[in-house]
Amino acid sequence: MDVIDLSWWQLALAALLVLALAATAAAARLGVTRTLLIAATRTVIQLSLIGLVLEALFAIGALHWIALMALAMLLIAGREVMARQQYRFTGAWSLGIGTASMFISAFSVTVLTLIVIIGPDPWYRPQYAIPLLGMLLGNTMNGISLGLDRLTEGVWRQRDVIENRLMLGQSWKQAIDEVRRSSVRAGLIPIVNAMAAAGLVSLPGMMTGQILAGSPPAIAVKYQILIMFTVTVGTGFGTLAAVTAGARRLFDDRERLRVDRLVRSG
Amino acid sequence: MSQAGAPLVLDALAVGALEAVNLTLEPGRIVGLSGPSGSGKTRLLRAIADLEPHSGQTRLGTQRRESMPGHEWRRRVVLVPAESRWWQDRVDAHFPPDTTSLPEALGLPDEALQWSVDRLSSGEKQRLALARAIAIEPSALLLDEPTANLDPASAGAIERWLTECIREQGMPALWVAHDAEQLRRVAEREYRIDGGALREVSWT
Repeated sequence: MDVIDLSWWQLALAALLVLALAATAAAARLGVTRTLLIAATRTVIQLSLIGLVLEALFAIGALHWIALMALAMLLIAGREVMARQQYRFTGAWSLGIGTASMFISAFSVTVLTLIVIIGPDPWYRPQYAIPLLGMLLGNTMNGISLGLDRLTEGVWRQRDVIENRLMLGQSWKQAIDEVRRSSVRAGLIPIVNAMAAAGLVSLPGMMTGQILAGSPPAIAVKYQILIMFTVTVGTGFGTLAAVTAGARRLFDDRERLRVDRLVRSG
Repeated sequence: MSQAGAPLVLDALAVGALEAVNLTLEPGRIVGLSGPSGSGKTRLLRAIADLEPHSGQTRLGTQRRESMPGHEWRRRVVLVPAESRWWQDRVDAHFPPDTTSLPEALGLPDEALQWSVDRLSSGEKQRLALARAIAIEPSALLLDEPTANLDPASAGAIERWLTECIREQGMPALWVAHDAEQLRRVAEREYRIDGGALREVSWT
């Protein structure tokens, strides 16, 4: 399984093509030249840096460094969930609900998959742990931000309906039930669609990478199926946890609807 | 309902700019509430139904508000808002499951229960909202301008039907209206919110 290493001048050739595109865009006055070049530069810098971090991490392979990396990934994902909300929870809840839900789902699914299913030695071996956690966090983050966004927006729009249901003696769970269910569905749809279309439209990125790296397609396929399943489980439980916690937070101990616990951002 | 026929007691209830309210609403009797727009009538009703944070005590007979979960309190102390909301497709989905007929005073056929919510006029919505509130057999009733969207004829019929329900079922009731004449017809006394305080209106 020999991998053809790419040298920097080979990458420079690809970079020339990007420059050609940028030049064309500038000539056609498309107004994207600047952002295109900045984005391309960011790709190079960010990926090179993460490459260095991973090289070091793989060389050391100590649990506490891996845990630190995982924590950093979790917090960045938590911040991203918060940044994507149109209506945010007030105070620490806006960061807390998403981050805690991702911790519960993505982390436990990753650890479970490592120990019970893949079984590398040691179980936290970074070559397996970090990419797996990354895939899980990335997808769970999408599911949770979609679910929470639908929840808070739905409650904001339908606050009069929810309150009228409360006035007729419904419990908070009954009053918010439709919004809660559609929010969980919204969070799950992308990953369900991805599973249904996997391999038909395009090869999933991870499988492509593994095949390019010289892995036999049969092994790449098995890993891809494993990733798809774990990502779905992580996203599903994560979204369920986040939407449930968010829905609870929108009512107080007297089951009153508290839209004052939301702030509109931007 | 075991609590039917019990008074609704407000003990130093305060919400927003409104001073603490002490009031006992007797079973089967209607108390009128008036005051300029924005004076806090609706907020007072919402506080009594425990829909927004407030201070003070509320109890139904001997049962204090805190002695039961929020939804059980609101199931007994029912607020009918000035503008009702409907969330299911059909009218009857908003009524208790065994509902097959509507009160005659509504002026609507029983088939209205099968109507789609989309085709209801604002007046029909208001009448049906009152009917669905009465249908869950509350122990106390809080009415926020119950006849505001109705034409005079059906307003009269609704007014008579509501007063009858309240008397027969022994519910204490608080009735908000802008129409001073209506309050004199239905209520036995009237309070007015004036400068952040509740004052009894003298009808002499």
